Amino acid sequence: MRGEALFLCLTERWPTMTDNVTVLMDESGIKRALIRISHEILERNKGVRDVILIGIRSGGAFLAEELAKSIAVIEGDAVPVGSVDITLYRDDIKNNAPHLPVGKTEIGFSLQGKKVVLVDDVLFTGRTIRAAMDALMDHGRPECIQLAVLIDRGHRELPIRADFVGRNVPTSLKENVKVVFNELNQPFEVVLEK
Amino acid sequence: MAEFKHRNIIALRDLTREDIELLLATAENMREINSRDIKKVPTLRGKTIINLFYEASTRTRTSFEIAAKRLSADTVNISPSTSSATKGETLADTALNLLAMKPDIIVMRHAVSGAHYHLAKKVSCSVVNAGDGAHEHPSQGLLDLLTMKDWFGRLDGLKVAIVGDITHSRVARSDIQGLTKMGSHVYLAGPPTMMPPAVERLGSVTVCATMKEAIQDADVVMMLRIQQERQGKTLMPNAREYSRYFGLNPENLKLAKPGAMVMHPGPINRGVEMSSYVVDGSQSHILKQVENGVAVRMAMLYHVCGGELE
Repeated sequence: MRGEALFLCLTERWPTMTDNVTVLMDESGIKRALIRISHEILERNKGVRDVILIGIRSGGAFLAEELAKSIAVIEGDAVPVGSVDITLYRDDIKNNAPHLPVGKTEIGFSLQGKKVVLVDDVLFTGRTIRAAMDALMDHGRPECIQLAVLIDRGHRELPIRADFVGRNVPTSLKENVKVVFNELNQPFEVVLEK
Repeated sequence: MAEFKHRNIIALRDLTREDIELLLATAENMREINSRDIKKVPTLRGKTIINLFYEASTRTRTSFEIAAKRLSADTVNISPSTSSATKGETLADTALNLLAMKPDIIVMRHAVSGAHYHLAKKVSCSVVNAGDGAHEHPSQGLLDLLTMKDWFGRLDGLKVAIVGDITHSRVARSDIQGLTKMGSHVYLAGPPTMMPPAVERLGSVTVCATMKEAIQDADVVMMLRIQQERQGKTLMPNAREYSRYFGLNPENLKLAKPGAMVMHPGPINRGVEMSSYVVDGSQSHILKQVENGVAVRMAMLYHVCGGELE
């Protein structure tokens, strides 16, 4: 369920076009999308008051940091940023298959009464988002949870939709959409693998 | 990506360095759960864990039970006074009867070294060792490693002195296995009557003639309790003499590195292996060990549930 969010550290440039890989967004395209999402978050919530960004590990957590930076530039006020690891809330934990390593959840503040913007890189089945919302609820009762994603590739298996979308990409189930990050954990490219 | 493939955790001797690193990393990240308002995750929902304790325990049993509950597993505790063992049932029969009730994990403490290997052969569920005789106590070993790693940020190259009744200590054996695998240097000291022959075979450890030699420039001083319940005959003249030669007090603690960690697996006999000044002193990490115990046991239960059949 998180296969689409594979995190890669690259020191060299990812091949822009081969038989199997198509670049959907480049660095400046991603930047523009994130700036637009930042404006939309501010518009919807009328500023940064009580707004908290929580990124889903690992791609979403990096994007949450980027969104926080551009919100700080636009509004002049910083928003708190946290991250959530959903491993312990997954719905596909099976016996007799090695359990995945657990990542760090860093929510150093109460979510009580806050407007939480959940951030992920690729929205696919919606199961990751379900797990993340369950995790957030265990940290208090937020006033609301909104969802921001860089890519929505469709194929939802749960009644979940995003409030802020960088780009909608119709895909087939055989394809894979990946947000590639550089060594500084900044988004670098979005690729479609066939 | 590292994978944990063991269905049972019986001894740190059976685990690789990578296995131990993965368990410690999981434990570190699970600690966050223990500081929340809602201290529970749904991970092991529907799993049944039996705590089968043939020996007395407060810390370990409570810690395993809390760990299981924080992962949403259901727990049942069985202790000797309420079990059929008092009516003469063998361990194998008890195990098969428990197995008929379909548990997912049996956490056992037993007075016989190696009892868990016997149990693991009889049952199809996971077996986790909560201490077997004088063999191993892997959860204590792991929580000791985690407590040291927290403080120093590494385990590689640390000088760790383990002082006391090495012969009867399962904690010492697990610590030696874990520490030597992680690259720490282990120095042992204790009365010759409580030092097992050929202890060097457990790993690259140095046996010291005196306590002073062991704790000189140590990063960590791990004190052990005299296990009188396991000692067949008198192995020391009296507690006062033991305390004089192998007790930790503010004076000899100065031999260790400044700010060295003082640890003890508990229960402590104050005034015997450690003076109260040290137990309650600023260098003591004893309660931190207990705190880390819950996270370590959560990590163990989480990973054995994903282990393959052996």
